[in-house]
Amino acid sequence: MIRLENVTKIYPNGTKAVNNVSFAVPQGGLCVLLGPSGCGKTTAMKMINRLSSITSGKIFIDGIDNTSIDQNDLRRNIGYAIQDIGLFPHMTVGENIETVPTLKGWPRARCKKRAKELLELLRMDPDAFMDKYPCELSGGQRQRVGVARALGGDPPILLMDEPFGAIDPITRVGLQNEFLKIQQDLQKTIIFVTHDIYEAIKLADRIALLKQGRLVQYATPGDLLYRPKNDFVASFVGTDRALKGLQLICTKEIMWRSPPTVKPEEGVKGARELMDREGIDSLPVVDDKGGFLGWVLVSDFKKGQRVKEVMDISPTTIFKNASLSEAISIMLTTGRNILAVIDKYNRLEGVLTFQAIREVLRKSAQKEDN
Amino acid sequence: MLGAYQYVMRHPMMVAGWITDHLYISLIAVVIGTILGVTTGIFIAEKGRKQTADVVLYFAEIMMTVPSLALFGLLMLLLSCMGLSAIGLLPAVITLVIYSQLPILRNTYIAIRQIDQTMIDAGKGMGMSESQLLLRIKLPLALPVIMAGIRNAMILTIGIAAIAALIGAGGLGVPIFRGLRNARMDLIVIGGISVSILALLIDGLMALLERWFTPKGLRS
Repeated sequence: MIRLENVTKIYPNGTKAVNNVSFAVPQGGLCVLLGPSGCGKTTAMKMINRLSSITSGKIFIDGIDNTSIDQNDLRRNIGYAIQDIGLFPHMTVGENIETVPTLKGWPRARCKKRAKELLELLRMDPDAFMDKYPCELSGGQRQRVGVARALGGDPPILLMDEPFGAIDPITRVGLQNEFLKIQQDLQKTIIFVTHDIYEAIKLADRIALLKQGRLVQYATPGDLLYRPKNDFVASFVGTDRALKGLQLICTKEIMWRSPPTVKPEEGVKGARELMDREGIDSLPVVDDKGGFLGWVLVSDFKKGQRVKEVMDISPTTIFKNASLSEAISIMLTTGRNILAVIDKYNRLEGVLTFQAIREVLRKSAQKEDN
Repeated sequence: MLGAYQYVMRHPMMVAGWITDHLYISLIAVVIGTILGVTTGIFIAEKGRKQTADVVLYFAEIMMTVPSLALFGLLMLLLSCMGLSAIGLLPAVITLVIYSQLPILRNTYIAIRQIDQTMIDAGKGMGMSESQLLLRIKLPLALPVIMAGIRNAMILTIGIAAIAALIGAGGLGVPIFRGLRNARMDLIVIGGISVSILALLIDGLMALLERWFTPKGLRS
């Protein structure tokens, strides 16, 4: 648990970088410090591991004032991943990850083992990468090593300063997803700095929105989007906040579970009756094991007698853990208003309709009015 | 030229002696100069010592402009006042150390100052003490540039060491000055060419060393 109490930072030239900020991050929580550049988010983070000194106020880590802990001990127990990655170019990937374990005085073999574990955790082959130098890696690989290095000493707390800032958007989304998965297992207490609202919404349990050193709102991503405290928050999250909110909802949460299905061997007539009864204009086709094959559309009935003859096999599926914003995007590009929700073995879990998404948007808009 | 060749053939041990003396003086000077220059460089490169750094570097630059002969003269005066040997190895080495300071000092200073602040922050943020930061991050990253400075100082020293013969320190200055005094072209040629060859050889050797000292991850 990390708790900031009336923390203020005034630079020698008089500028107030952080102004009377208080908030707490519970054990295992992921708090994103968000705000425009120069809002004090990086400074606020650096005060936690004392890279930046506090002018007034206190920061408690598990109830202990962080200024009462030896500076180097404190830092060795707080993982630190920084902007532009900051890997040491003269050290191999292995040596980089082993930095904190070595400083902590772990035996050689344990350091090595730890580095290998972490590379595996971040899905990099230890045999291939341990002895490589940072200059031999791609941007995405460097980011991974940066995260692995921050986890090196198995710290309970992680500070991450735009750790995914220096890579292309596609790699970034992939890394964010992996990072979330890793965090589910590790349950570290994380402070994450970013200026990217999409990243904040995607990763955070709670977002601390800062403006000119002041904490404007500390809330869950949903509350920040739908219950902005003032005009600054509203304008920062943007007029498209309804769409951003779709990122927060997982497809499987609102899908239609166990929808009617047909088998490829069945006759078209039966399918037609089923669709008529349910009032829908497309039916998912599944095989005997529940694997998704395609769709039967009302408009295609004239093409044959059996389902497999008229079946449409265009790729209108979505993974059950994907967000609604991805679903909307697939619907818009394929022109369909219904998607098959599948698991990783391509088994049909349900269907997602445009109608259901609209319902969600309508409800969130209502919440906002109340 | 032919005369010089014949002289070398006739007195090989003599020539070899001058060369070893010359190398000996230069090496001692550069080793001492490196220890002194690198430590001072590291010291003045610390944060908040900008003024000290300016003064020290300015002083080193001024020393560089003092003609070597004048410096020898000054040192002789100073050393004899202190009751030390005013001729021979001591004043020669001291002079050469002084001349070696600018390249070594300046390169060390610049090399450490130009290290990316991200690296320093990363090291500190992971809990490195000042000395760990210096040994694990700053020095390895600065090493290639520092080595270039030492290489520079080595060449400089080999050149200037020829003058050390004037104060009885020996080396390749001996045949040069003897030749000048006695109008012996062959001796002048032997001294001059040997200094050049020595400088080139050492330069090549230092280039290899520089590469060897560059951390693998920094080699392009």
